[in-house]
Amino acid sequence: MTALTVDIQRKRHPGAAGDTIGPLRFALRSGEFVAIVGPSGAGKTSLLKIIAGLDPDFVGTVGAKVDGLGSGKLGFVFQEPRLLPWLTVADNLRLVMPALDTGTLDAALARVGLAGTAQQFPLRLSGGMQRRVALLRAFLIRPALLLLDEPFISLDVPTAESLYALLADLRRDVMPTTVLVTHDLREALALADRVLFVSRSPARIILDHAVNLPKPRRRDDEAVDQMHRALMARHPELLGGLQSTRPEPESA
Amino acid sequence: MTAVRTLPAAVVRGAAFVVLLALWQALAAMVNDPLLPSPLAVLLSLQHHLMQGELLHHLAKTLMRVAAAFVIAMLIGVAVGVWMGRSKLVNNLLDSLLVLMLNLPALVAAILCFIWIGLNETAAVLAVALNKVPTVIINIREGARALDTQLLQVGEVYRVPRLTVLRRIVLPQLYPYIMASARSGLALIWKIVLVIELLGRSDGIGFQLGTFFQFFDLTSILAYTAAFAGVVFVIEAVLLRPLDRRLNGWRA
Repeated sequence: MTALTVDIQRKRHPGAAGDTIGPLRFALRSGEFVAIVGPSGAGKTSLLKIIAGLDPDFVGTVGAKVDGLGSGKLGFVFQEPRLLPWLTVADNLRLVMPALDTGTLDAALARVGLAGTAQQFPLRLSGGMQRRVALLRAFLIRPALLLLDEPFISLDVPTAESLYALLADLRRDVMPTTVLVTHDLREALALADRVLFVSRSPARIILDHAVNLPKPRRRDDEAVDQMHRALMARHPELLGGLQSTRPEPESA
Repeated sequence: MTAVRTLPAAVVRGAAFVVLLALWQALAAMVNDPLLPSPLAVLLSLQHHLMQGELLHHLAKTLMRVAAAFVIAMLIGVAVGVWMGRSKLVNNLLDSLLVLMLNLPALVAAILCFIWIGLNETAAVLAVALNKVPTVIINIREGARALDTQLLQVGEVYRVPRLTVLRRIVLPQLYPYIMASARSGLALIWKIVLVIELLGRSDGIGFQLGTFFQFFDLTSILAYTAAFAGVVFVIEAVLLRPLDRRLNGWRA
């Protein structure tokens, strides 16, 4: 069942010399987890903003209303945790979920490893903990569509891994259709069902790659490692946004 | 010097105040002229006016006017300031008027109000408020322009109701600007209120000062001034400073 269709003909920022997003089209099945990988500045964040409805200024259509994807069912995890520093953790969560009772709240916090932090202000928490709150905020509303904008960058590997595990755990309950934007191919391979590689701007899809590996995965799993190497061997300039394909090696 | 630096702030402030008073007392004793009353004489006069005179009545009148003008100026100033800060159109429409109002002498505003509205309470309070509104607007507009777009996006993505966005996301960012306006506003308003009472009211501290002026009764003038200064200190200590602490509790 198609849950999200994105069909962007053109996105140009006002005053920019060229387009940020070129013709770019893809569709996601309900509950699918897709990662969009491309070089920095390729317009990945612009793409997420368009899907989220934060930016109406583009040519094309985004169909996110199929299958009950309606208003208020969008979860968004930003590059920074973006918690309101003057609200406690509890009030930050109640901002998106006003009816949250204390019992549910405490249980939810305990589940993401934040027991006892309800009355704390975000700035007193570590960066990793703030990101947990941000993830929890996105899942509390039981989103049908979840957008992740490089939420795990600038974290050390163990912290990132623990957040991968948390994301997988939370997803199992809610199963939102998920779009993760990242420039980290290992992260994409560890998390997603499918990886879309995009070019430098104007962003276009240059490769649509299914990740048929058993879950849960870690970024340094042998299988992830192999797929990473195979991809790099076949498309050495893929991560730079170029689709120069080498001939298929015999052993692959 | 090191010993002085490690003293508590309250002790240093208190000591500075006492030294100032002592200097004043010494100077008054040297000059020995009724036109430079000593602090002790002022204190005795203050006691006399408190016990026998009508100081409390006039002080109450003036404080009511200060409070009314303050509330009106803050409400209008914050509303228009946010509006001008967030909308280019509104800003362009109102900017020249704002510059004009900002530079309108207090005396002109007072005379116009008294002539157009009459020699009554409404005119007095309005004249005071008119002087304060533009400076509040300028402050708050600056704050509204500096609002964090990233946090506003959180409200947008999670479909937070407008009123909640205002209360939880916008206003907390404006608090420092509102507090600064409140502080400078109180100072400005009480300066202007006296001029307006002198001009067109038959009670209040300004009116009393005018009467004392005619008799060159400097001791009473300073006693009334001291009474009002005391009130300002109390407002700062029991209202503004605790409020400031409460609003800033989240800072790590």
